Amino acid sequence: MNRRLFLSTLASASLLRAVGETILIKNAKILTVTKGRVDGSLLIRDGKIAEIGASVMAPAGAVTIDAAGGFLMPGIVDCHAHVGADAINEGTISVSSMVRIEDVLAPDDIQIYRGLAAGVTTSNVLHGSANTIGGQCSVVKMRWGKPATQMVFSGAKPGIKFALGENVKRSGSNTNFGATLRYPATRMGVEDVVREAFNDARAYQRQRDEYQTRAGKGERVAPPRRDFKLEPLVEVLEGKRLVHAHCYRSDEILMLLRAAEEFGFKIRTLQHGLEAYKVAKEIAKHGAGVSTFADSWSYKIEAYDAIPYNAALCMKAGVLTSLNTDAPVTQQRHLLQDAAKTQRYGQLTDDEALSLVTINPAKQLMIEDRVGSLEVGKDADIVLTDKHPLSLYTKVQKVFIDGEVYFDREQDVRERSLRAARRKALAEKLKPAAPPAQKKGAR
Amino acid sequence: MNRLITLAVLAAASLAHAENFALRGVTIHPVSAVEIPNAVLVVTGDRITDFGPKAAIPKGHKVVEAKGLHVYPGMIDSASVLGLSEIGSVRETQDIAELGDFNPQLRTMIAVNPGSEHIPVSRANGITSSVVVPSGGFIGGQASIMHLDGWTWEEMAVSPSAAMQMRLPSQEATVTGRALGTGRRPYAEVKRRYEEQMQQVRLFFEAARAYQARKANPVLGFKPDLRLEAMIPVLEGKTPLMIVAPKERAIRDALAFAEREKVKVILAGVREVDPFLEELGRKKIPVILPDLYQVPLEEDASIDEPLDIPAKLAKAGIPFAFGSYNIERPRNLPFQAGNAVGNGLSHDAAIRALTLGAAEIWGVADRLGSIDKGKFADFILTDGDPLEPKTQIRQMWILGKPVSLENRHTKLYEQYKKRL
Repeated sequence: MNRRLFLSTLASASLLRAVGETILIKNAKILTVTKGRVDGSLLIRDGKIAEIGASVMAPAGAVTIDAAGGFLMPGIVDCHAHVGADAINEGTISVSSMVRIEDVLAPDDIQIYRGLAAGVTTSNVLHGSANTIGGQCSVVKMRWGKPATQMVFSGAKPGIKFALGENVKRSGSNTNFGATLRYPATRMGVEDVVREAFNDARAYQRQRDEYQTRAGKGERVAPPRRDFKLEPLVEVLEGKRLVHAHCYRSDEILMLLRAAEEFGFKIRTLQHGLEAYKVAKEIAKHGAGVSTFADSWSYKIEAYDAIPYNAALCMKAGVLTSLNTDAPVTQQRHLLQDAAKTQRYGQLTDDEALSLVTINPAKQLMIEDRVGSLEVGKDADIVLTDKHPLSLYTKVQKVFIDGEVYFDREQDVRERSLRAARRKALAEKLKPAAPPAQKKGAR
Repeated sequence: MNRLITLAVLAAASLAHAENFALRGVTIHPVSAVEIPNAVLVVTGDRITDFGPKAAIPKGHKVVEAKGLHVYPGMIDSASVLGLSEIGSVRETQDIAELGDFNPQLRTMIAVNPGSEHIPVSRANGITSSVVVPSGGFIGGQASIMHLDGWTWEEMAVSPSAAMQMRLPSQEATVTGRALGTGRRPYAEVKRRYEEQMQQVRLFFEAARAYQARKANPVLGFKPDLRLEAMIPVLEGKTPLMIVAPKERAIRDALAFAEREKVKVILAGVREVDPFLEELGRKKIPVILPDLYQVPLEEDASIDEPLDIPAKLAKAGIPFAFGSYNIERPRNLPFQAGNAVGNGLSHDAAIRALTLGAAEIWGVADRLGSIDKGKFADFILTDGDPLEPKTQIRQMWILGKPVSLENRHTKLYEQYKKRL
């Protein structure tokens, strides 16, 4: 009931949007993240950033928005979230590379709206961490109100979720009622599952290549049976699919880097990587990125050496570093605050801190030519805030995706009383009818 | 003549015991009054003995120059499990919730592990005291106020019995549990169980009152009962009941229960507070905020919930304080307060709720919570606004003694920085 009611009130938000409008945002402090700060205006045309400058002329017909001295920053990119996914763990097998987030995108998940309201415009939606190889992830734009097909970030390189450590091996040692023991139960077994999977993938790849070579020569050969589990792993071997690996401890991080090197592929990002700081040199050498939490720790034993200085140390070691939410584990509405925390823990500059949630995750997802900074030619994914985005006293005012307003705080606040009234009206209807009046003394 | 030393030297000195000293050149934020720029703060023994622009530095007091830095009272975490929990998923490290429904005789104080890694980690962001709260059953036990420094729990203890933790039976039809899965139980069943349990709670209070009367006029062979004995300060109105009540029905029940039993009450963890703002404000019933790092309670709740609760309470004139609840959270207390400011609370009110406001709720404002003569010398030195992440906490004193801000995380940082 709540969800439907909420959606119906929010649907009116679409009235605000006019596709492809030319918009001039003036009187703003523009934090480009990659090219310093510009005090002035930003022009949006055809969903792209067309111009940034101290004074930009409004073209004829352009809508002008006065930022009133507020800040503009790039739309936030969350490199690890579970928002808008209807299911995330195919827990029966430890290699479930055949399952795809794209098949279970839930565009009416309220977390999308909440993230959007905090300035998140792009999320890497991943599987859970129950399996060594969890499944194929989806990079989405937080286009609240649009159907699932229009959430997908078109052109983003496909990815796949790996996971190591406690969560993966839990099914091997679980004592819950009725739970079946499942390999692996140790970190040794996790390595083996990874290696076995890529051993299979390599054999499949050879078989397929051989078929193509021979068929190409005109030989009459039967094609190999398609294997939906191994196909995405072959794409990993061929560098066509990015590996995002959930991990905690330094030993397992190193193990995965070496296993990948053995099979000749790269790990794109180490997700969480709470002990990445211990092997930052090795990670930098491999070329993997790290996408970590701001300050989560001690919730399990493999998180006991997690430190809030992880991001700062990884950055210093030359590792491409970002902060993620794992939403709903931590919330997207705190992602800017998470970035700000690196200024307490590691004393990062404003640009360094902001890069952790904008350009760096964009690079990790290889979408930095489209999003992650305010630069001419990039998608107009823009956040307007009233104060500096790294201050806790800041409120996100407006969020644009592809030049369209997808969140407007004023409108959200205005519609709250309307929502409350509708809720109350519905609740009234649920109340049982008053019993018929009884005569005094009657029983 | 006064000895003059720098802050760095003082920090490095790591004194084993309190030494009389004065901070000079600081901006003092007393909380009980407006800020005083370029002031002197005098500490003698474990107390603040003087402060102000022209406070005289007694002979023999060491002088510490801290020009441009700010002094704030140490922060108080009003709902903590500090020292009772180490690693979330490891059962053996949890001492928060005892078995059984009625355990008023339990005290958190004696189970606080002074060696917990979480204590120095919490200190690093300015927390000097925690109200350590048990949970479990309907009456979880006594919450103790602890200083975040001391070799033993005895040295840490500020107040052994600040409140009696309680959670009334729930009418929530949704049950969540790993073994059960998530689902809803039929309301009739929930209601029946709820009424049975409420009856148990009422009977327990009746038994406690009967015990109180028996004890007043003991007959031959009267045997003390530890559980019921522990209830007497609650019945006498000396110790408040701290009732955890997040949702509307729970809050309504808690208020009705306190009214019926004529006991002092503090509400904790409240979320659906809107219908009670007027009543709580009128009765001045204190509220311990919920962990503000939670998602909005309902799908159609405001995107600002629960971050907007502190501003609502302040507007209604309700005394309130911040609490961490989760062992991971104490160091985020000032940031939660910062979030509250971002959602409409005044900065002064946020600082107050972290310090003096909390001390007043817990009945220790004579010793804690502000920079005032005669109070414990519990304070922090910062280079700016302690609610903003960009600010650095530079030094801390508890009972007049400089306390190290080093912790597991700074040590690992320093250790692995060398490996880069």
